[in-house]
Amino acid sequence: MLEIILFFFIVVAGTGGELCVSRAMKSIGEVHGFSPKSILNFILQSLRLPWMWLGIAMMSLGFFSLLAILSFQEVSFVVPVSALSYAAGAFGAKAFLGERISRNRWVGIAVVCLGVTIVWWSRK
Amino acid sequence: MSHTRRLQLKTVPMIVISIILGPIGNVFLGKAMKSVESFNSARVSDLVSIASEVLKSGYLWLGIGCLLGFFIVHMLLLTWADYSYVQPATSLSYLSISVLSYLVLGERISPLRWIGVMVICLGVFLVGRTPPSTTGDTHLA
Repeated sequence: MLEIILFFFIVVAGTGGELCVSRAMKSIGEVHGFSPKSILNFILQSLRLPWMWLGIAMMSLGFFSLLAILSFQEVSFVVPVSALSYAAGAFGAKAFLGERISRNRWVGIAVVCLGVTIVWWSRK
Repeated sequence: MSHTRRLQLKTVPMIVISIILGPIGNVFLGKAMKSVESFNSARVSDLVSIASEVLKSGYLWLGIGCLLGFFIVHMLLLTWADYSYVQPATSLSYLSISVLSYLVLGERISPLRWIGVMVICLGVFLVGRTPPSTTGDTHLA
């Protein structure tokens, strides 16, 4: 049961956090330079955004859940199963970020989820 | 050079960096967490001592450093590419995490698990054939 709860936090809080960070990134716009100064500016600019902090909080919850589950499950099991976030991420990106997800991309995401299911069957 | 082509030229190297840094970070975290008592069998009163033990592990901080690097690369990617493109594309890291878990952590990976990982990679390939950005103007108000 603890395993299911931890996976829930990894998937839901992790994906929710990434969506918030993505929202913050889109409000900054495309980064063109990769010099240390422009990357530092980019980091400082992102830290001023509330979406960024909400994202960091949710991703932290997901991260601590990941640490907890790694204490009793294999890395090669935990990390692939956490890919369940792809389905959640696609729905979230469509609803929250207004991204248009093509049929081909849905097919790819469905195949990723099938792979996750097979990995779940290999659970020891 | 078309806009989509230009985006792909800078997107692919960044995805390669992220699929190397992320798995290395997770392997370090796995190494750190295997050295402490399992959370599954621990009592609530033990959590503080487990947490302080984990915080002393060098592997934990190495893992966090790698994942921080991964996070910055991931953020840069998201400034121009769709979330629903970046997230599945970086899932190629599942192949590298399986290889690293086998080589570094000595985990025994069953054929079924390898098949699952390969199917995930097939899904990634299908996603990678779609345009990185579908919203046109990537700047949200």
